[in-house]
Amino acid sequence: MADPAIPLWEVFIRSRSGLAHRHVGSVHAADVTMALQNARDVYTRRGEGLSIWVVPSNAITASDPADKDMMFEPTGSKIYRHPTFYDVPDEVGHM
Amino acid sequence: MCLMKSGICEMATTSISIAETPLVALMLERADDALILGHRLSEWTGHAPMLEEELALANMGLDLIGQARELYTMAGIAEGCGHDEDQLAYLRDARQYRNLLLVEQPNGDFATTIARQFLYIAFADPWWRSTMASSHPTLAAIAAKAEKETAYHLRHSSEWLIRLGDGTEESHARAQAAIDALWPYTGELFEPGNPDLIAQRVCPDPPTMRVAWNRTVDAILAEATLTRPSADGILRGGRAGRHTEHLGHILTDLQYLQRSFPGATW
Repeated sequence: MADPAIPLWEVFIRSRSGLAHRHVGSVHAADVTMALQNARDVYTRRGEGLSIWVVPSNAITASDPADKDMMFEPTGSKIYRHPTFYDVPDEVGHM
Repeated sequence: MCLMKSGICEMATTSISIAETPLVALMLERADDALILGHRLSEWTGHAPMLEEELALANMGLDLIGQARELYTMAGIAEGCGHDEDQLAYLRDARQYRNLLLVEQPNGDFATTIARQFLYIAFADPWWRSTMASSHPTLAAIAAKAEKETAYHLRHSSEWLIRLGDGTEESHARAQAAIDALWPYTGELFEPGNPDLIAQRVCPDPPTMRVAWNRTVDAILAEATLTRPSADGILRGGRAGRHTEHLGHILTDLQYLQRSFPGATW
């Protein structure tokens, strides 16, 4: 599809409801200005966003899938880390 | 108030006649510009060089067709003969279309499409911004919406023109060829408007947009290392219904369904 010489960018969008930017996908673009435009044209067609970040895909350091057991397995037995052992008063609302 | 003689039975497949007051003509000019350019951009769907650009061109096409719909609806109301947006778009012949010759020119290569978009939008964007102060409330409202869309179209086409012109030898040559080929159609952008409408502050007079257009075009062409053609744009006639051969082909494509199956919906 796209020329492999055109760099890939990861796209993050902050929705209207605020909160943090979320990863929504990626676009090809020759430079950062075009990456922002492409992200706008591909990922905000239905009023999804109020802010866009684009990051060069090759700037992301990812965990190795082979390290899955070492990285994530140990937390499976630490149920006391979940905030489920006390009652949240109704007045607090959504946390 | 409809100015057409009533009692003439219009077959749905034949063209309608329009009672063209200056206000109706103004709406049709702007609606036809938007519809024809929007249709041209829609022709890229399935053919664009990359997915991202395919969506960008389709988005801009939809912006323009949306503007056309509102302007046709407004023209129909101003005319007062009961014509709706579909009839105005689908049941007028090429001679009744009032769009600029520039917007009906074929897509060509990507550089031609971008150059055509840029040369038109560098005019349309300041024109709509100025029209936000229109004494006609509906037109002012349409302008307020359109201006946000054309501002993005201007940014998009400018950024592309800069990269094509200041890119490779090949892209530079294609971008310069596109500017040269389309330049003769740019004079028509500044054809004077109806003096009464200008006096009533319904819309700005197109010649007053020339300063802003020159500023934008000169700045972007310079950044794109492209040369501004020296001759003035002299080809015109679109506003009077005298079109290049291309409009007839567009309308054949655009109007075929409604002409063959009047009133068809889906």
